[in-house]
Amino acid sequence: MTAGRFVLRLSILALGFAFLYLPIAVLVAYSFNGSRLVTIWGGLSVRWYGALLHDDKYRAAALTSLEVAVMAASAALVIGTCAGLAMNRFARFRGRLLFGFMLMAPLVVPEVILGLSLLLLFVAGQSLLGIPASRGILTVTIAHATFTACFVAVLVRAQLAGFDRSLEEAALDLGARPFAVLWHITLPGISPALVSGWLLAFTMSLDDLVVASFVSGPSATTLPMAVYSSVRIGVTPEINALATIFLAIVCATVALAFGLMARQERRRVAAS
Amino acid sequence: MAVLDIIAASKRFAATIAVDRVSLSIERGEFFALLGPSGCGKTTLLRLIAGFETPDGGTILIDGAEMNAVPPYARPINMMFQSYALFPHLDVAGNVAFGLRQEGMERRRRDARVAEMLALVQMSTYARRRPHELSGGQKQRVALARALAKAPKLLLLDEPLAALDRKLREETRLELRGIQERLGTTFLVVTHDQEEALGMASRIAVMHEGQLVQIGTPADIYERPKSRFVADFVGAVNLFEGELVDAAGGPCLAIAGVDTPVALPQSAGAAAGATAGTTLALALRPERLHLSAERPSGFALAATVASTDYQGGQSTIHLAAASGRKMRAHVPSATARGLARGAAVWASWRPDDAVVLTE
Amino acid sequence: MIGLGRWGRRALIGLPFLWLAVFFLLPLAIVAGISLSQSADAIPPFRPLLSATSAGLHLDATLANYRELAEGCLRVYLNSLGNAALATLLCLLIGYPVAFAIARTPRVWRPLLLFLVVLPFWTSFLIRVYAWIALLQPSGLINRLLVAAGIVAAPLPLLYNGFSVELGLAYSYLPFMILPLYGSLVQIDESLVEAAADLGAPPWHVLARVILPLTLPGIAAGMLLVFIPAVGEFVIPDLLGGPDTLMVGKLLWQEFFDNVDWPAAGALAMALVAILTVPLLVAQRLAERAEAR
Repeated sequence: MTAGRFVLRLSILALGFAFLYLPIAVLVAYSFNGSRLVTIWGGLSVRWYGALLHDDKYRAAALTSLEVAVMAASAALVIGTCAGLAMNRFARFRGRLLFGFMLMAPLVVPEVILGLSLLLLFVAGQSLLGIPASRGILTVTIAHATFTACFVAVLVRAQLAGFDRSLEEAALDLGARPFAVLWHITLPGISPALVSGWLLAFTMSLDDLVVASFVSGPSATTLPMAVYSSVRIGVTPEINALATIFLAIVCATVALAFGLMARQERRRVAAS
Repeated sequence: MAVLDIIAASKRFAATIAVDRVSLSIERGEFFALLGPSGCGKTTLLRLIAGFETPDGGTILIDGAEMNAVPPYARPINMMFQSYALFPHLDVAGNVAFGLRQEGMERRRRDARVAEMLALVQMSTYARRRPHELSGGQKQRVALARALAKAPKLLLLDEPLAALDRKLREETRLELRGIQERLGTTFLVVTHDQEEALGMASRIAVMHEGQLVQIGTPADIYERPKSRFVADFVGAVNLFEGELVDAAGGPCLAIAGVDTPVALPQSAGAAAGATAGTTLALALRPERLHLSAERPSGFALAATVASTDYQGGQSTIHLAAASGRKMRAHVPSATARGLARGAAVWASWRPDDAVVLTE
Repeated sequence: MIGLGRWGRRALIGLPFLWLAVFFLLPLAIVAGISLSQSADAIPPFRPLLSATSAGLHLDATLANYRELAEGCLRVYLNSLGNAALATLLCLLIGYPVAFAIARTPRVWRPLLLFLVVLPFWTSFLIRVYAWIALLQPSGLINRLLVAAGIVAAPLPLLYNGFSVELGLAYSYLPFMILPLYGSLVQIDESLVEAAADLGAPPWHVLARVILPLTLPGIAAGMLLVFIPAVGEFVIPDLLGGPDTLMVGKLLWQEFFDNVDWPAAGALAMALVAILTVPLLVAQRLAERAEAR
């Protein structure tokens, strides 16, 4: 491969990633800006981090978001995995076409539609059946679980497509009943999809503004909702600090995960 | 009582009949081989026995108990898969222990049994390794240990030697025989490799297009094939067709393009009932085709040497007769060296070395 | 699966099916119903579609919402479709070279590069869009650099207009284009490309005649993954757009939250669903075909 091609490739990647990371670089830089204004550089400072940590509004919103995200991701994992398994293993069943549509549509339908429709469902439920009694963490969780489950299903299906079925047959042959096969062989076999599915659902739940705005209630403000209302009012540099913290947490988690896996592998090789 | 009884089992997939009314019985302690080309239905039959498919017709009995509706996890059979199918997230010991765990064996007994099985296949030092760290041959031993751990009444082996290189194949063949004899477990091997089947099994069933065409000992199959298919599939063969004629010495076969008819083998009982003029086929193994420079007395075919394949101790001589007929002979390489391309030879055989084919 | 039994199978299919039917289909049906009812000063703020009266069930449906929509909102829909289409094109133009470059890097580096593509996704979307405000405003970084370098005399109007909306859309949806493109590119059998080169095709030829056609599924998937949600996008036009970049998502939000006109919002939503049905079905067909392969 010629040097010219290599330089071309490198410049494309550099430009592309520069575009993707420009706002992030700006955020991180300004999170340390001593001045409140973007136009003036007030020297390095961590005052916005301090302000953020002391801000009850953001702290409460962050906790709410985390609670919702964990519950929604877990629910989405169960629902999405069942859906993925069903679509992959059962070639024909009544309603399969509709099922496939329901699994795909929430992935692409605009969020305003998802939010509006779910809110109307909850309102109708409230007036006709009395549930949900009020909108808040539960309704947001349900809404998030619904559309993130479809993402989980996509990942699970993709992983199942490459899964060696003879492993399941071997397990059956050795005396495992179908549920045991699912639990001991299939699920561990698709664990990358399960882990990445949960993480993806968790991230999407944390990041969602529109759907949460529609279906939430006065008691449950999520972090994006809190940020959005701040942004509408005016410039708040604490938000830069918030974004940088997110980024740091993600990078740290990934590094930690890699490190743990590498150490586990090294230990195992040494022991054998 | 037979360990396995298959009575007229059939299985079809859409328009194809994969298994066509196959019946066979396997006795306890046998090393049985199911031999046939790809697509002949042997793998489907294996899956019917294991329980991964249900037969459309017929019955499958294990130790006299009907198995048609019994799922694989409830059958006293275990299988060694062609792809080994080792569980990637468990180590070697975990793989071997899997079946024992499923039946609820308690820890101490289980560990002892796992150790026993690993020792049997000489993989004891690999207990903590993961499947992806093992070579093909090692994976196979683990697969074998895992399949034998539950002491099944019948062990099914799906193309056990297919993925191994030649040297390893021979060693493994011997090992499998040794293990089978030691344990006394009934083995059923499915293979497309006739060398494998002839070398390992005590009885072979040959399958073709879903049907069982011949069952017998390896010697039966090789030396006394009943049909053109079996003669050609199991080992190399020379086929001669001709008309039955009555001659002074007894019934003979007049082969097209050859002036003298050749005597039929004494054991050709089928020929006894046939009338003159019937078309018959003779099968002759290449190692029984005798070549000489001078024309021998009695029946002989004139041919020229087309090419020689050197195979180490033996060589295969490809011959072409004047009529265009092709033949081949297996001779020691020392002899082959004396035969140059284009050399004229006479091919003949002892009448009893040939077999009359009925199909 | 063998032996799972009728109940196991029913549970596996039934759980997600029921969940989605109740929390996706049913809500859509309710939206349809609401779009046919009238706004009212009550809680909830609309007159019920079906009510029980002494004369029996009474259907209080009206197409008034749709009439109003047709009269006043068509331009907004066209705007949305246009913006989404342009954003899709931009994503394709930027995303294809990047995906191509990643697919061509040595295997060792690819996971890292893909991770870097996805990482921004994990930092709040809202906040990143907000960062563009800081970058694009008259006193923002970009304008200051341009003025300082002498490229322009006065700061350019880069914010609160079509430019910023398009930029925001392309920026946010770029990973959704890169990933399917990468998936398609990486599946191309290297030997096909080599064969083409071996037969004498120059690089541009190979790209246009061999690679592009083979990546059509990835292109189609990426385009649908960007276009369909972009049509109804709310956050970007809201934060980065101006008075003349009104898109359907924002209009729907305004009708719902500011005007408290739920039936009108419902009509807007149903019209949007109707417009998106065709691309949605195309996406479904693509997904099924990919599954079958």
